[in-house]
Parts: sequence; structure tokens; C-alpha cells
Amino acid sequence: MIARLIEGVSRRALVVMAALLVLLLAAPLFASDYLLTVLILILYFAYIGQAWNIMMGFAGQLSLGHALYVGLGAYTAAALYVHFGIGPWLGLLVAIPVAALAGAFIGFLAFRFKVGGVYFAILTIAVAEFARVGFDHLAWTNGSSGLFLPVAQYAHNDLWLLRGHPAMFYYILLAATVLAFIFCRALLQSRIGYFWLAIREDEEAARSVGIDAFRYKMIAVVISAGMTSFAGVIYAFYYNNLFPEQVFHISRSIEIILGPIVGGIGTLFGPILGAFVLTGLAEILTGALNTLGVDLPGAKQVFYGICLLLVIMALPDGIWPWLKRRLGLAEREP
Amino acid sequence: MNSKSKSATKMARPSRRAFSAGLGAVGFAAGIAPFNIVRAQGAPLKVGVLLPRSGYQAGIGQDCQRGVDLAAGVLKDLGMPSLQIMNGDTETSVEVARSRAEKLIGEGAQVLVGAFDSGQSTAIAQVAEQKGIPYIINIAAAPPITEQGYKFVFRNFTTAGMILGGAFANQKEVFALTGAAPKTVVFMHVNDTFGTAMQKGIGAVMPKFDLPYKIVETIAYDPAARDLSVEVAKAKASGADALMMVSRLNDAILITRELIKQRWSPMAIMSMGPGWYEDQYLKTLGKMSDDPISFAPWYDPNKALSKQLEAALAKSAPGVNLNTNHVYTFEALLIAADAYKRAGTADPKTLAEAIRKTHIINNTTTGPGIMFNEKGQNDKLQISAIQNRGGKLTVLAPKAAANGKPVWPLTPYNKRA
Amino acid sequence: MPFDVYLNVAVGGVLTGLVYGLMALGLSVIFGVVRIVNFAHGEMMTIAMYIAIVLFSALHLDPLIMMIPIAVVMFAFGYALQAGVINPFITRPEHSQFLLLVAIAIIIVNVLLILFGPDAQSVQTSYAYDSYQIGKLIVDANKAYAALAALVVTAALYVFFQYTTLGTAIRACADNYTGALVVGLDVKHLYALTFGLGAACVGAAGVMLVLIVDVTPSLGPTYTLLAFIIVITGGLGSMPGALIGGVLIGLTEAMAGLVFTPSAKSMFSFAILVLVLLFRPQGIMGKRAT
Repeated sequence: MIARLIEGVSRRALVVMAALLVLLLAAPLFASDYLLTVLILILYFAYIGQAWNIMMGFAGQLSLGHALYVGLGAYTAAALYVHFGIGPWLGLLVAIPVAALAGAFIGFLAFRFKVGGVYFAILTIAVAEFARVGFDHLAWTNGSSGLFLPVAQYAHNDLWLLRGHPAMFYYILLAATVLAFIFCRALLQSRIGYFWLAIREDEEAARSVGIDAFRYKMIAVVISAGMTSFAGVIYAFYYNNLFPEQVFHISRSIEIILGPIVGGIGTLFGPILGAFVLTGLAEILTGALNTLGVDLPGAKQVFYGICLLLVIMALPDGIWPWLKRRLGLAEREP
Repeated sequence: MNSKSKSATKMARPSRRAFSAGLGAVGFAAGIAPFNIVRAQGAPLKVGVLLPRSGYQAGIGQDCQRGVDLAAGVLKDLGMPSLQIMNGDTETSVEVARSRAEKLIGEGAQVLVGAFDSGQSTAIAQVAEQKGIPYIINIAAAPPITEQGYKFVFRNFTTAGMILGGAFANQKEVFALTGAAPKTVVFMHVNDTFGTAMQKGIGAVMPKFDLPYKIVETIAYDPAARDLSVEVAKAKASGADALMMVSRLNDAILITRELIKQRWSPMAIMSMGPGWYEDQYLKTLGKMSDDPISFAPWYDPNKALSKQLEAALAKSAPGVNLNTNHVYTFEALLIAADAYKRAGTADPKTLAEAIRKTHIINNTTTGPGIMFNEKGQNDKLQISAIQNRGGKLTVLAPKAAANGKPVWPLTPYNKRA
Repeated sequence: MPFDVYLNVAVGGVLTGLVYGLMALGLSVIFGVVRIVNFAHGEMMTIAMYIAIVLFSALHLDPLIMMIPIAVVMFAFGYALQAGVINPFITRPEHSQFLLLVAIAIIIVNVLLILFGPDAQSVQTSYAYDSYQIGKLIVDANKAYAALAALVVTAALYVFFQYTTLGTAIRACADNYTGALVVGLDVKHLYALTFGLGAACVGAAGVMLVLIVDVTPSLGPTYTLLAFIIVITGGLGSMPGALIGGVLIGLTEAMAGLVFTPSAKSMFSFAILVLVLLFRPQGIMGKRAT
């Protein structure tokens, strides 16, 4: 099975990936706490980016409301913990189906009624906003007052209850990102992967050769939603407070998709690279402005926007395809 | 033969580039931890001040900054050790708040102060507790923050419950002063963290005060709403005597305009939140801003330190009224400086213990002074009743901190020139 | 609740809805013709609003009078933006367009933040507190003026698109891109023109909204979303549709806020959107794709 996964990947690329993995595994040993926080954020976005990429890059459906699944995952697990003392790993067993159900609901509405393209994107925004306002009024999760998880200690790591040192969260997210990466690769190489490719390229043609587009698009949405909710659970137990205004907000959804688009939609490594580049860029800009003594709120975001603009104009397919060619890591043509 | 050697040389070069390219090397290198030396006494205390300076809370963050700017001069006059302020911008985001807190601590901050918003403050509190760095909250009302059993987190601000209790106590004083009180009240609140906390608290706290009025209707509105005509129409239709509010600045202005346009002048407007007493409200509405009474954490104008702050602010920012943001942010720095003076060292544990033993009675905010209970909360803080009068604020209650008598009822809007 | 409360709220909702309609009209024009999903729509409106505020505080020029000049400025801005930056993206996939406009939106919002600061600003006209009373009906004068101006501008646009050569040419581009090329229309120029017109619309709407709401740099996204809801509900490419959609949304939100809890009133707009997308995706006035 491993042989099949690495089929067609150049030896150079494998070496690079292995080296990267080793570096990431060792990072908490010599990184400052601040850098660790940044890396956690990067891995968080890298993971969700990959989940989102399944829906967009593989199946071609633009979701602009992915914060919905993060929020559903986060709130489900958090509420179960706060009200019933149920640990996050058990809570996950409930959170994933909840998010998957939401995804299925959106998918069903959209695909059954032939809502595609921009309209689909707007539908996802509307549902996320609906959830935001809805949760603002949901008494069971404290509405807009916010849901606070009781915080324990940092002295020892409690993996079962996810209480502990940030390094624990780091490794969990690293494992998740790596597993997601492998999973996506496996998906792409399977029958489903090829069906998705066909649907993405030309849905009509795909249908005419007998591919059940509805079914496979639904599968993409459900997998994407379920995977994303895991990140939500981690988010809840890492930050220990949830507010509907923040968790479901459209700016979260936009943050989620920036990474994969900048990194390279439809590629495996794109979302991961995008997360590194964007978060790194944000921190570098803050640092640079600090050093220059510029204390102008909003200046960093302006530069950030300009960088985004330049990237999307110069590299419309994302950074990874370009970088891949330049580094000579491109897969050998069959 | 040829191709083999070509590919061999090609393999050597890209690997290194791949490493650095994949890691955002600059950020990585910059993050390696510096030493965190505990400075000897006499050196300025490094205080990391975290505020929302961008994002939608930017205005408030920048207002709090004025309190920071006042501190340097006034603390020096008080004989306090000097502080080295390290500014951090939480960008109105919980994640950024957390990573900025980490960054400031990594850069040597010995005390943290901030952050106005409950969500951001909670994130910072977790970091502070974990790192064992004292964190003094200037403004954040959510009760859970000081209920977590933290040893390094201190809050010199009222919780939502304290605000409510204090507000009701003040209302009774005001009613006694005016000899009049509303019989029915419509309660309108913004549907955000603070607003809903207040609304929930009312049910629990109000019965204890035996107030002369009943709340006949509660109206919650969306914080993002730009048009509050429907909400005000509903409030007017309730037929209540007075309007009780928990809102923010923009809403306060919108609501007042609607009151005028819809021709409703309630007997009184009693606000238990920000907005109605803020400079921009007063400036924007001019004569129409007079008479609402706000029950808010405030400063005691009769205290000596308050007069010093007022004078200092008049110099550094003329035309700006001294307000909650300024005084509470200032006091957070005062606490840090005072503790540093007593502790004699910037060692975090000693500093935290010194903060816990704080006992400052010559402060500026209303109440007996700054002192913390075992949870790190100053539960002695009091709320003031302030009324808008000609672009300035008059304190009506509590008696010891008052400097004026109430205007009651509200001057009808259509009778103002 | 007495009947007049319902009436007042309903009238207010309709009037506000007309202004929303004009804002959405700009988006409908852009999306209907250029097929660009303009996620910076609300931000463009915010620019116009700030221009109105600056002109008012510096020169005391009433927004209603400044509506036309500001619309012209926004037209130029829109034209330049489309021709200079956006044009290459017309043929690119939606996510690319989206990212482009999100980047533009981020830049606009934060430049405005740097220039004007985060505090809400408004225009204090002499009639800011005026209202008309007709029997039991109290009508906010500002809303009335704004709605009237919206109607006038929409009518003017309608005449332009239906009866002028240029307007017809633009409609031709929307209906059949290739055909338009074949007939020899300068499509790139017409696209830029259309984007400029859309920007002018949203600019005019913004200037009118300044009479009703306060302006902060982060005002944009709410209105972008609202514009999309209205355009889809009313029907893409239909000008009466945009107004009708606007009125429908304005009215529904107002009545929902009155009858239920106001903090949940936006849920009704989203619910309407979902229903429209499912059961009548071409919108109320739109033509079904053949």
C-alpha cells in the first residue's frame, strides 16, 4: 500500500518531505513558546485547508462557509464536556456526525436543486451566518455570552481530556496534518479521486459516462465537513472559550480558504504550504513594522492584502505548482 | 554516463533550498528563544500592554492607550518606579491575543496588562498562568475569568454581576434624590457577550433590591445592526415610562436619533453599559446628548489622584473627558508599579504575591480602593451613576463620589433648541 | 401592539429596502454583465460614504447634492479597477476572482482605517432628526429622501440600459459574449464601463445610506452579503428585480424584528435566500436560463 502511495513521486521529493517531517517533529524542542504558538496556528490552518481542499480542489465545489463545521465541531465537543463531562475524544464521535450531517444537508440542498458555482458559495455563506445568529440565541451553549471550558492545569499533559502544554496540541495537529495528507493522497489515487477529477473538469461529460455526480459530490462534502470538525474540537479545548460571533464569523471562513488558494488548489501540498506562507507572512509583517517603529493599526493588513494581490495575480494556480517546478520536485511524467 | 552526473549535481543543490523554502526561515530563526533575565531592582519594570488596536474594537483599544500615556508622568509624580511599556495589538482576535502574549513574554515582559475584551483576556490569562507571569486585567467583565483558580491573573474591574448590583444600588440613590421613579421600564440590550450577561444577571440580581419598577419588555438587538428603528418602535410601543439600556457607542447614537425621529422622550434613559457617556456620543449629538444616566465603572472625581489625572489628560488630550477606559488602564499600570516597588524584584512569583497584597486607597476609581480577594478579583469596586450635562459628565451617586444633582425627568427632545 | 406600530415599521422597512435595492443594483449590473463576483462591493460603498463625510465636514455639502459627483468619482474608480486589475480574472475560476476581490477588500478596509480611524462617523445634516407625521404614521425624513433618490437613480439607469445605444451594447455583452465580439463591440471597454456603472450605483447608494447609518471602516462585508442576498432574491440581471428584492428583504427584516426578536432578524434574510436558491434560483424577476 505504501508503494502505491509513493508511486510516481520522485526520490528527491520523498527526501524533502521526510526532512520536513523530522524538522517539524523536533521543533518544540528548540522553538520558543511564541514560535510554538505560531506553528500550532500554521498546522491548524494546514489541516483545515486540506479538508477544505477536498471539497474545492478535488470535487470543485467552492465553500465559503467552512467555519460552520469548525464551529459545530467545537461547540458540540465543548458543550458535551461542560454539561456532561464527556472528554473530547468521545465528544469527537458526536461532533463529526453533526458536522457531516450539516455538510450533507447543504450538499443535498445544493446538488439536488442544481445550485452550483457562485450560488453554491453564497449558500454556504448563508448557512454559516444562519448558524452564527442561531448560536447567538442558543441557551444550551450560553448564546452570545460565550461558552467557557473549565481550565485545569498545565503541569502535566492529560491527553484524554486535552488539558496541558501547548506542545501536546502541536503534536496532535501535526499528526492530524500528516494523516490528512496521506489520506488525501490515497483518495486522489482511488476510484473516487478519478471520479472527482472527471466531475470537476466537466460534470456533464462525467454524468454521460455513468458517474453518479450527486453521490460523489456528496461524499466530498461529507468527508470535508467531518474532517474539519476535528479541528473545531481541538480549537475548543485549546482556547477554552467559544463565542458564536468569532467562531462562525465569515472572516474565519475566509481565513480558512486563503491558505489553499494561495498554496495551490487541488494540489496535495498546496494547503500546507499556503498555511506556512500566510501565517509566516503575517508574523513577519508584524515584526517588520515593529522594528521600523511603525505604530499604525491597519498597516499590516494593508501589506498583507497587497501581498495576497500580488500572489494571486502572478501565480494564479498558487505557489506550490510554481515552487514545485522550480525546485525540480515535480512528479515524473509517466 | 553524462546524464547520471548531471542528475547527481542537480540533486545536491535544491535540497537546501527546499528546506529553507518550506519553513519560512526568517520567521523560524527569529523565534528561537532569547534569555529572560530577571532584572535587578532599579531597572524599569517591563510591562506588556495588550489592547485591540486594530479590528472593530480599535477605537476602544486606542482610547485605553490614553490611560497608558497618562501613566508615565503621573506615576513618576507619585514616586513610583518607572515602567517600560511594550505595546501589543490583539487585533480584536482571540488567536492573535494569545500569540502576542507569548511574544511579549518571550521578549522579556515581566507583567502583562490588558485586554478590554473578555475572550481575548481569557486567552491571555491562560498564557500568563501557564508561564507564571502576572497578568492584570484592566477591563473585562465576564465572570468566569477569575473563577478558574488562577494564581497569576488579577482583575481590577467589575464583573457583570458587580455592575448590575452596583447599578441597582445607585438607581435607588438617584430615585431618593429626585423623589421620583419610573413604574415600568423597557429593557433593550445588544445581543453580545456583555449585553446577554447583563440580561441574564438581571433576573438573578434585581429581586434583591426591591426596586419600584417592573420590566415590561426585553428587546435584544443584533450587534451588527445599522438601523435600530424597529427596535425603538418596539420599545416605544411597550408604553413603558423609562428606557433601560445596555448598548455600545454606535448603537447609543443611533437609538437617540431614532427616539427623536419617532417622537418618544422617555422619563429617563438608564444605561448600564458603555456608549451613552462617551465623548463621541456627546460631541455627535450636542444638545441632544444631555440627560441620559449611565451606571458604569467610573472614577471618583473627589479623589486627589483623579484630579491629577484630569489635569494630565487636559494637557495631553484637550477636549477629551476622563473616562472608564483611561482610569482603569491607568490603575492596572499603577498596580504593577506599586507591586514592583513593594516586591523590590521583578521575579514573577514574588511580583504576583505582591500584587495579591495590593492595598491602594489613594486610587482614582470609585470605591474603597484597590485590593484583591483570594481569586484575584477586586470585589470592592463600586459603580457610579453619571449624567450627561453639557458635554461633560456629572456624578450623581454614590454620595461620597458625587459632584452634582440629577436632572429628572429627561428633558423632552422636542423641547431642546 | 397597535396597528400604527406595524405600519410605521413596515414603511420604514420599505424605504430602507429601496436604498438597499440601489446598492444591490450595482452588484446586479456587475455580476450580470461582467460575471465577476464582486466581494468588495460593500467596501466600495464604504469609500463613497467616507468621501461624503469628508466633503460634508470640510465644505458642508449636503450628501443628497453630492450624490452625483461622488457617483462620478466612483465610476472612475470602478472603471480603473476593472480595466487595470480585474480584467485578466474574468476568465479565471471563481476562487481566483474571489481571492482577488477579498485582497482588494482587505486593502480598502485597512486604508480607510488608517485614514479615518475606527470610530463611527456620521453626517449631521440640518434635517438629521426630522420626521413627518401623517396621522398616526411617522416617517423618518432621511429615509424618505434616500428612498426617493434611490428611485430616481434606478429609473435613470433603467432608461440608460433600455433606450440608449451604449446601454443596449452592454446588455448584448451580458446576453452573448461571443456574439458581441462578432458584432465588433469593444468588450473590454464595455466591461470596464459596466463595472464603473456598478461602482457608481453602489456609491450613490452609499451616499444616501450615510443619512441613515453611521460609517466605520468595517461596514463593508455586511452590505456585500446583503447585496448578494438581494440580487439573488430579486433576480440576476433584472433592475426592477434588484429594487423588489431590496424592498422584500428590507420589509421582511423589519417585520421579523418587530414580531420576533430583533437580534435574530438577519436569520430571516438568510432563510429567504436559501428558499430562493432552492425553489426559484433565477429570482423573483429573473429569466430562467434556457
